[in-house]
Amino acid sequence: MADLTALTAEARAEVAAAADAAGLDSVRVRWLGKKGTFTEQLKELGRLPPTERPAAGARINEAKEELTRALEARREALERAEVERKLVEGRIDVTLPGRGEEPGGLHPVTRARLRIETLFRGAGFDVASGPEIEDDFHNFAALNIPANHPARALHDTFYFPDGRLLRTHTSPVQIRALLDRGAPLAIIAPGRVYRCDSDMTHSPMFHQLEGLVVDENVSFANMKAVLHGFLQAFFERDLAMRLRPSYFPFTEPSAEVDMACLFCAGTGCRTCKHTGWLEISGCGMVHPNVLTASGVDPERYTGYAFGAGIDRLAMLRYGVNDLRLFFESDLRFLRQFRAFTS
Amino acid sequence: MKVPYSWLAEWVKVPWKPKELGARLTMAGFELEGLESAAPPFTGVVVAEILSAQRHSQADKLQVCQVTTGSGPTLQIVCGAANARAGLKSALAMVGAQLPGDLRIGAAKLRGVESQGMLASAKELGLADSSSGILELPADAPLGKPLREYLGLEEAVLDVNITPNRGDAMSILGIAREVAAIAGTKITGPKIESPRGAKAERFPVKLEAPAGCPRFAGGIVRGINNRATTPVWLAERLRRAGVRSISPVVDVTNYVMLELGQPMHAYDLAKLKHGIRVRLARAGEEVTLLDGKTVQADPDMLLITDGEGPVGLAGIMGGLRTAVEPLTTDVFFESAYFSPEAVQGRGRRLGLLTDASQRFERGVDPTQQARAIARAIALLTPIAGGTAASIVVTENTRHLPKRPAVRLRAAQLERLLGLELPAARVTKALTGLGMKVSSNATGWKATPPAHRFDIAIEADLIEEVARLAAWEKIPETDALASQHFRRLPEEQPAERAVLEALAARGYEEAVTYAFVDPSLQEKLFPGKPALALSNPIASDLSVMRVSLWPGLIRAALENQRRQQDRIRLFEHGTRFEPDGNATHEIETLAGLASGARLPEQWGVTKEARSPADFYDVKADVAALIAETGAAETFTFEPGELAALHPGRAARVLRRGSPVGWIGELHPALVKALDFTYAPVLFELDMGALAVKRAAFDEISRFPQVRRDLAVVVDEAVTLSTLAERVTLVTSSLLRGLRVFDVYRGPGLEPGRKSIALGLIFQDISRTLTDEDVDRLMASVITDLRESLNARIRE
Repeated sequence: MADLTALTAEARAEVAAAADAAGLDSVRVRWLGKKGTFTEQLKELGRLPPTERPAAGARINEAKEELTRALEARREALERAEVERKLVEGRIDVTLPGRGEEPGGLHPVTRARLRIETLFRGAGFDVASGPEIEDDFHNFAALNIPANHPARALHDTFYFPDGRLLRTHTSPVQIRALLDRGAPLAIIAPGRVYRCDSDMTHSPMFHQLEGLVVDENVSFANMKAVLHGFLQAFFERDLAMRLRPSYFPFTEPSAEVDMACLFCAGTGCRTCKHTGWLEISGCGMVHPNVLTASGVDPERYTGYAFGAGIDRLAMLRYGVNDLRLFFESDLRFLRQFRAFTS
Repeated sequence: MKVPYSWLAEWVKVPWKPKELGARLTMAGFELEGLESAAPPFTGVVVAEILSAQRHSQADKLQVCQVTTGSGPTLQIVCGAANARAGLKSALAMVGAQLPGDLRIGAAKLRGVESQGMLASAKELGLADSSSGILELPADAPLGKPLREYLGLEEAVLDVNITPNRGDAMSILGIAREVAAIAGTKITGPKIESPRGAKAERFPVKLEAPAGCPRFAGGIVRGINNRATTPVWLAERLRRAGVRSISPVVDVTNYVMLELGQPMHAYDLAKLKHGIRVRLARAGEEVTLLDGKTVQADPDMLLITDGEGPVGLAGIMGGLRTAVEPLTTDVFFESAYFSPEAVQGRGRRLGLLTDASQRFERGVDPTQQARAIARAIALLTPIAGGTAASIVVTENTRHLPKRPAVRLRAAQLERLLGLELPAARVTKALTGLGMKVSSNATGWKATPPAHRFDIAIEADLIEEVARLAAWEKIPETDALASQHFRRLPEEQPAERAVLEALAARGYEEAVTYAFVDPSLQEKLFPGKPALALSNPIASDLSVMRVSLWPGLIRAALENQRRQQDRIRLFEHGTRFEPDGNATHEIETLAGLASGARLPEQWGVTKEARSPADFYDVKADVAALIAETGAAETFTFEPGELAALHPGRAARVLRRGSPVGWIGELHPALVKALDFTYAPVLFELDMGALAVKRAAFDEISRFPQVRRDLAVVVDEAVTLSTLAERVTLVTSSLLRGLRVFDVYRGPGLEPGRKSIALGLIFQDISRTLTDEDVDRLMASVITDLRESLNARIRE
């Protein structure tokens, strides 16, 4: 009978040397297989005297079991190593960009407009619209701007040969909304408007926001609250607002709306032309002639209206310094406006 | 309007410094648009006299002058101005002087002759845009006096914006009245009196159109010297107000207009024939105006005529034939009241916008015509001499504007402003504006002064009270509103969702002009009628777009020029389709894709970087359509549109009605417009994206079965035809139909293609057996063979 201790040591050395599952299996076959060394040892038990057989048999089985445990442990170790190796091999550069399409975005003026609509809807206003090609009645006459009125000179109107025109402001929507729905009413009407004027600060097409509230006791004080509330909500900060008396044919009293400059907090800078104020809107109490032209009794109802440049609001909100950029469709410009829209 | 501070101060006590004055005016409705001093900064310039002037020996155009400033040594100055002459007083920039434009004066040698300073022109001192020689100062100008001091150049000039309703404020007097109203002070102003002891000399005037011209004041001055020099104080005031000095007579009329707001005209009496008639023009009647242009008057324009025809376009511009000249000795001053209705719009129609027409069309005080002539005479005679006759007013009082009293109810004032005001404060504001005010039980009655054309109704008075007595006190008051719900129509697509869906697919939103280049639009839509503007801003922006494509194509080309090789743009806007006399404004969504299918990136197939084609963009359109929840109601059918590749264009229909187009730009246009990659375009009516409200559909709990089928059909057979047949035959058991390959080439007859379909079957109530599916497939195959001449590839 061979020296079991020596054999076990030899077998364990082989187990430890096995580099993979296949190597380990051949070790198992060589020692524990049908013709394996330990199996052969068991077969040779018959040659021993019967009294020695049980003890010898037990020793051999013990050696087999020990080897089996060693094999199992080695197998697990190899498997673990294999998993480790695969993980290392499977490592990728997570900083490489993802695949597929890149998202586009909404135009900054649209973003500003949607933001304005959300704010006003939240305050109980409806969003109304009207045609861009208008007639003299809706764009001028009903707004208390009769033919030859000097205020028409300020409008630089685009005309069509038949006398129709491209609306010069969103104010015609006031007339249409009042004629359609009557009072009481609270609407905003954002939209494209047109003036025959083009330079650094003027575009022949631009975007305006009209607002109109008509009810039985609407006051100038209510208008102030709405305009100030809107500006603070839109720019998300407390800022001073002042109204300056002004003139629009369709409102009286009329005012220009100034808000404290966003860039210098009122101390004066280039954006506010060193006045500390930014002119942001025009407003006023709806002129009785306009109410009458829209079929609303000015004795029963009062109202206010305002108009603001959406482009200007967008420029201030996003820090765009040249109006013309909005209409040049330059992808390098448009790509800068990427964010969830609120 | 430019308001020199000192001129204003002559008419009213101004309790504020210029900046404060500007702020007060701004908050009273007269916005300060600019505040400048009468001249740009300069130093070291004094009044000096030329003692002698001699030709420079080395230069024809230079003179060597000996100049004194009254004290110190005589200075030698080399001067290039032709008007430099002995005895002239002028402005001397001494050595060390700093002039506008960063010009520093040093001692210099000009052609070998020493010059110890520079005699300066108005232009060099920033007092004029151009000048023809050195400044000429009056003989009594004190030598050595700093020029800034002498001319009062430190004074502030306010540039004040006058809104169109306030013609009455287009004068120094008008602004003075406002200052008085704001400050609670009174108008002072120089005393204006008619010429004393003047003899009566009448130039006949007939008012034949009294509605347009109900009052005409005339005044004759004989024996003047119109070659006299306008004194520097008057010329300076005119300059500061933005008017050029021309001759004493013209300067005086301009001065009066600026001061009192009454436009005047001066005729050379010698050229004026027989008497003046103010009448309406006859159609096509011609007048040659002061500026030398001849215009044709319309029958609604007022003319001033004499015995030989028109001598002026009333309220707009005088005529050339009777214009005053340097040699004129006798003048006839006209100071008329023309009604706004008679002047409004006329000037603009003729392309004439004058100081006079701007004032008349807004309304000129109808009471001070004679006063204006008196002021002009008082100014003119000390300068140019002459003897004035008495002023003659011809009028038709029936047509003069009336100023009826206007009522103001205290309750309405409070209701409109949202503020209660003390009655005394209201009365004070209105009387401060020159109104006659009386109180009554409900409020006030106020009669506006003659110069206020803008006060006729209660709201006009409320405005005056608001700006003068209430403005800063009006609170911000939240309105009390009831809570109410407006129904939210779910079928109306949310604009934001539509735009964001396109943005999510890589498109950038563009905003392009609604007017486009007619030649580009005609190339894209030959013969399609489009609305043309009468007064476009540019010829390439002159017709209204019938599609958003012209704008997007132009934008794409510009981006291509900016080296952008992959372009995805969309726009949401109106297109304009003329229909007889009307125009349909159609809310439209359009897009353009040009360049690679995917942005440049690693790890994608080469194919994914090849130029986007019809099917890529169709997927984008399909994504939009899918969001309506009713993709099955949309179909694509081959169509032809001049702008598109005839074989790669589809009309988009919803429930059979056309709602848009998709297609590749026509190769001829791709070439003509110089596109690197053929763009694919789409356009949809926004209204076609109405949403079908999601309705819950039972989910089958039974397994689905997929069978694949390769069908060989003629090229002409479209997928939609194929799908239609399959759907028809398999009825409700077909859950899905996929196309996973389209093949042409070896193994197929020419003119045929193979389409590989994956059919997915499922029943809602039971498990489909193999036999069930075999039966379905057999009927599909039979049908395709019979109806489409299809062959099934094994």
